[in-house]
Amino acid sequence: VQTLRRTPLYEKHVAAGARMVPFAGWEMPVQYTGVIPEHKAVRTDAGVFDVSHMGELEVEGPTAHELLQQRLSNDIAKVTPGEAQYTLITNEDGGVIDDLIVYRLDEHRYLLVVNASNRETDFDWLKEHELRGSDVRDVSDEYALLAVQGPRALERLGLPKARAFTWEMTSLDGIEVMVYRTGYTGEEGVELACMEEDAPALWDFVVGRGVTPCGLGARDTLRLEVCYPLHGNDIGPQWDAISSGLGWVCALDTGFTGAERLREIKERGPERRLVAFRMIEKAIPRQGMAIERGGEVTSGSLSPMLDVGIGLAYVPAGESAPGSEVVVDVRGKPRRAEVVKKPIYKREET
Amino acid sequence: VAAAESYPEELLYHAEHDWARIEGDEAVLGITWYAADALGELVHYEPPDEGATVSKDQSYGEVESVKAVSDLISPLSGEVVEVNQKVVDAPETVNEDPYGEGWLIRIRLSNPSERDGLLDVAAYRSLLEAQ
Repeated sequence: VQTLRRTPLYEKHVAAGARMVPFAGWEMPVQYTGVIPEHKAVRTDAGVFDVSHMGELEVEGPTAHELLQQRLSNDIAKVTPGEAQYTLITNEDGGVIDDLIVYRLDEHRYLLVVNASNRETDFDWLKEHELRGSDVRDVSDEYALLAVQGPRALERLGLPKARAFTWEMTSLDGIEVMVYRTGYTGEEGVELACMEEDAPALWDFVVGRGVTPCGLGARDTLRLEVCYPLHGNDIGPQWDAISSGLGWVCALDTGFTGAERLREIKERGPERRLVAFRMIEKAIPRQGMAIERGGEVTSGSLSPMLDVGIGLAYVPAGESAPGSEVVVDVRGKPRRAEVVKKPIYKREET
Repeated sequence: VAAAESYPEELLYHAEHDWARIEGDEAVLGITWYAADALGELVHYEPPDEGATVSKDQSYGEVESVKAVSDLISPLSGEVVEVNQKVVDAPETVNEDPYGEGWLIRIRLSNPSERDGLLDVAAYRSLLEAQ
């Protein structure tokens, strides 16, 4: 029997009336009041997510830079201390072992925030390739992580604006936090890392500022509307990064694992591509549904903002251009959909 | 706004969390508060065609929330005489009023004696407590 792990905020979630579900070995809140109101709170105001289940790996030492340049797809040389970068761990075939954000803490120290379900795989992979002069440590259990996202997130927390993909140390209500200018919703906002024991007080502070508690349900619909891929659904070791639309985070000339294979795929052109689509006919696409003439839905839902079925799917490259029509097999019923440009939902610029 | 938990006395229940209100040789069918709450806010209702045949214990359609799809299990057999178009247009009506405005279909019964196999409110409540 595998017991589910709990974040330091478990009691807070239960007290707030959350519906708790198993997720990647953790017992996590899927919703408090409902996916749709939580989703809209993030699009119009601010919401807070407990993402303490995510893994944190620290890579330190004079050769840490070299190790990460070899094992991560993006160009780590572009990241200065105080900055962060979206990147991938790829296998020899260019398949995506994980997607993650790397934060450069100082000259020789980096923090990798990775998917909860890949924490061990990533750690083992980096440990296996460790260089003399680099040390890889799993520090996941030391930190709690809260994502505070939405157009009013900064105002509610009393934080200044800052450039995306940077981080700084600060104090919120007397609690030491690392403020990451990153997120998974397509909205302005931050992710806050604090020591595990400070998490309940930080949660109370954030919620006390009028930020709506949001569960994994809304996190999934928010990221899907803006077409951020979910590892395990839309990307994974069985799909190469080019086909998955992640060529933009692959600095092929750095010679990372799989770069040669990805260069070949890029030059030849992939056979299929991960595309965004919205339903023309009334139906909600779901993960695993077949696309007629080849392909598969990897994520699907109703878009709470557009009130229409949306999804991500692998389709033959010839049918991947925006405007192409595809047919989704919705439990035996053919339903028409249109390939659209990413993101599917775009916040109105003000 | 979601309704408060309730299970009306006058309805008959099926263990798959469906209800039936028998009116002469017809019955109105829907899902219980428990089912609507477990699914969350409904966003899609895939009804059967009017004139279609539904069979006791078999699926006659689907309802979906953002996160889940659920088959609609018919507590009784018959022919679909009416689909609630209001729920097709506004599926959240089921969460707001599961036994009133949120009904799903009306059928003409083909085997009225099937009602004897359904649960009364006390039996349905004890089934919920056992879950």
